[in-house]
Amino acid sequence: MEAYELTVTQALERLQRGELSCEEWTRACLDRARAVDGRVRAFVQLDEDGALASAREADAARKAGAQAPLLGAPIAIKDNMHIKGRKTTCSSKMLENFTAPFDATVVAKLRDAGAVFLGKTNLDEFAMGSSTENSAFFTTRNPWNLDYVPGGSSGGSAASVAAYETPFALGSDTGGSIRQPAAFCGIYGLKPTYGRVSRYGLVAFGSSLDQIGPLARNVEDIALLLNVISGKDPRDSTSSDIPAPDFTQALGRGVKGLRLGIPKEYFVEGVDPEVKSAVHQAIDRLCAQGAEAVEVSLPHTEYAISVYYICCTAEASSNLARYDGAQYGHSAAGSENIVELFTRTRSEAFGKEVKRRIMLGTYVLSAGFYDAYYLKALKVRTLLQRDFERAFEQCDVIVTPPVPTPAFRAGERIDDPLQMYLGDIFTISVNLAGVPALCCPAGFNAAGLPLSVQLIAPIFSEERLIQTASVHQELWRDKNIRALQI
Amino acid sequence: MSHISEEQVRHVATLSRLEFSDAEIQEFSREMNQILDYFVKLNELDTEGVPPGSHPLKTSNVLREDIPRESLSNELALSNAPDKEEGFFKVPQILPGD
Repeated sequence: MEAYELTVTQALERLQRGELSCEEWTRACLDRARAVDGRVRAFVQLDEDGALASAREADAARKAGAQAPLLGAPIAIKDNMHIKGRKTTCSSKMLENFTAPFDATVVAKLRDAGAVFLGKTNLDEFAMGSSTENSAFFTTRNPWNLDYVPGGSSGGSAASVAAYETPFALGSDTGGSIRQPAAFCGIYGLKPTYGRVSRYGLVAFGSSLDQIGPLARNVEDIALLLNVISGKDPRDSTSSDIPAPDFTQALGRGVKGLRLGIPKEYFVEGVDPEVKSAVHQAIDRLCAQGAEAVEVSLPHTEYAISVYYICCTAEASSNLARYDGAQYGHSAAGSENIVELFTRTRSEAFGKEVKRRIMLGTYVLSAGFYDAYYLKALKVRTLLQRDFERAFEQCDVIVTPPVPTPAFRAGERIDDPLQMYLGDIFTISVNLAGVPALCCPAGFNAAGLPLSVQLIAPIFSEERLIQTASVHQELWRDKNIRALQI
Repeated sequence: MSHISEEQVRHVATLSRLEFSDAEIQEFSREMNQILDYFVKLNELDTEGVPPGSHPLKTSNVLREDIPRESLSNELALSNAPDKEEGFFKVPQILPGD
């Protein structure tokens, strides 16, 4: 087995036994990235020198007897989180030359844990999209079939993990942006509870929805990474002081007696039969291990897309007002007055989807329409939250398809924004309710594209997701093995 | 169904500090009407008496002691500024005049 193929858990054991050095591990990932990323295009920046220097420092620290949970572990970071002194582009022309003046809290925590930053991964501009096709730079490709999208917006992070360019990565999830690309690329992707992970240093899109989370090829590594990034941060007043447990303790707990909720609203017409069948198989296998399936209802599911696209565009229109051409980022040269500077800067440097969302958000918040759209959406958001509260009175974990279809071809949906939005139907309710959810690989369809199952738990119950996924992972080991053709 | 006229789209663009060509305004009008038409679905629901919700944590007004601490230096805060002078951001004229 090549070093780049190792999981974090495996590689850390080898480092401990002296069978592998941090430098060898990082070098293996960088070599792999150099070999395949010309086709996959997951990275917007690969920091070879910086990564190797950190890896050598980690080797020295290990020799000196230092202990840190991820000492020497290479990781990729979605390019909407700050690494001090490196560019944070958000895959936008607006921030093409922006250098981060500070570390995001998650990055500082990873630094303290000894992680090695390989580079920054591609996304839909400002995390707005479901395919990376909205990146101002290039479209990332699905490692399982390069004609297909990797999903989005954390498509670069998901593709880099699936293509073995990094063992794990951070993404951000506002409406499915970790889970949908994890599903499309056949890896694990977790959106933690809103408030579990600090958002400080994550470029804001929809502040009541955004959450940073891990992507990895196995659930042990998801737990390891979640351990490091979780916790209260005085710099993010929405981060929670509910203590984070050691999530690795939930591995191998089994599912005996666990009640799996199956919401009928997620198995409707229009969902791809192979997608449905994979989820049913996953449920059957868990039940064979002692779990119990119960039908539940999330009756307001069909309203979630409207609520989501009203809330997230409203918040985006406000968050993106900061791009004014005066403080940082692109600035239109030769503007006569300040309004001209604002208008020209923003018109020149924002891409089409970002403009579309700013326009929609501005409209739903504007005088005369606020009550009809924004206030109405917030009320229905309460109903969606109540749906989950009621469902979790009857079950411990909800099991659903994460997406109505497997990955789609690049170019197939890009000209129809509404169709693109409708693809988010099964991931967005989770953000609106703030609950945690984990996507787990569940084999492949006949065309060789990954299938996936989504597990959803009550707020601050990520342990249940990891507990369930670790059983799922064992049960699907044979079905999830397939050679990449890149 | 038409929810928003081209005239209103132009007004929203002004509020958003964005400018568009006539062709783009037409395209945005068509797309926004399509999306707003979809949003109408929410009117099926009676939300009388339902409180508006945002994030699920029942926190509000998180306060802290006002203790001075180190922050970004002036130099670092201005390090990405397109234009600066004597430790300030420099911008074009704000108030109309000569």
